[in-house]
Amino acid sequence: MADQEFESAITDEMRALIGVKGPETISELTTTSVRMFARSVGYVDPAFYDEAVARERGFRSLPAPPGYLGTPIYNPAESDPTFGGRRGGGGFRSPYPLVLNGGTDIEYTGEQICAGDTLTSATALASLNERWSGALGVPMLIQVSETTYTNQNGKVVAISRGTGISYPRPGD
Amino acid sequence: MSDAVPDQIYFEDIEVGDSIPELEKSPTSQQLVQWAAGSGDFYQIHYDTSYAQDTGLDDIIVHGALKHAFLGELLWRFAGPEGQVKRVQCSYRGMDPAAQGRESAQEKKFTLRGTVTRKYTEGERNIVELDIEGVRDDGSVSTPGQGVVVLPSRS
Repeated sequence: MADQEFESAITDEMRALIGVKGPETISELTTTSVRMFARSVGYVDPAFYDEAVARERGFRSLPAPPGYLGTPIYNPAESDPTFGGRRGGGGFRSPYPLVLNGGTDIEYTGEQICAGDTLTSATALASLNERWSGALGVPMLIQVSETTYTNQNGKVVAISRGTGISYPRPGD
Repeated sequence: MSDAVPDQIYFEDIEVGDSIPELEKSPTSQQLVQWAAGSGDFYQIHYDTSYAQDTGLDDIIVHGALKHAFLGELLWRFAGPEGQVKRVQCSYRGMDPAAQGRESAQEKKFTLRGTVTRKYTEGERNIVELDIEGVRDDGSVSTPGQGVVVLPSRS
């Protein structure tokens, strides 16, 4: 089914967005948000829950578990009601209504990320590709976005690359 | 339950080809709702069966980013209290279900595994690279990836 022909959904306007950084997003880490994230993953390490333990271990406050890069400040005027981040992300909007997460890659620079930090991030579309999904019987648009996270002291703490897969509702 | 804080492992104790201690998860609909709150991702395919089915899925599925975070926990535990997680990368190659209703969570076991592929020193940092994966109950791999950690030295 990989050879199935379909009309490309990628336009010149979409290609022009590759490499262009979108608006900045401010994300906060608090002791409550770190505990909530750690709890939802199932961590039992007390460093994520008890500030005294975290400090004994050399952290400024509760450390961010891998994968947690703060919670974007929510503002109904500009935030996405489902995903919480800025509507439209890096300026790219897929023409397809349904989305799946294709992959996540987070590299850390080694700077601590802890409760009390404020991270500023900006996302740029890195690539756009298409393929046919035999399983769902629809074309899929595969976008890779790169986001750089900088802390309140101007230090880059992490770079994440996310692969998003969007597709039309099967049967439409 | 696993030890809250595993014993520290040191760079000298690691060899290429070593398997690291596994981490076992049993995602339930409750955990997916906790993750929605913890991560801020409230996409309905993760907690609303009829919504998920309307998008062509069989049922609710585990968030990709939660599987990434599970692999992060695998590496956090391996790196130990004196180590550091440097990179967590994975691809979501397939959907993973979550236990609901009266199902036993054990029926949806999801195991995180890792194997050391390379170790080297960069400046003063002892770096270990690993192949990591999230494995379904039937042994199939839905979430392959790679990880990098920094380990302390005995010297």
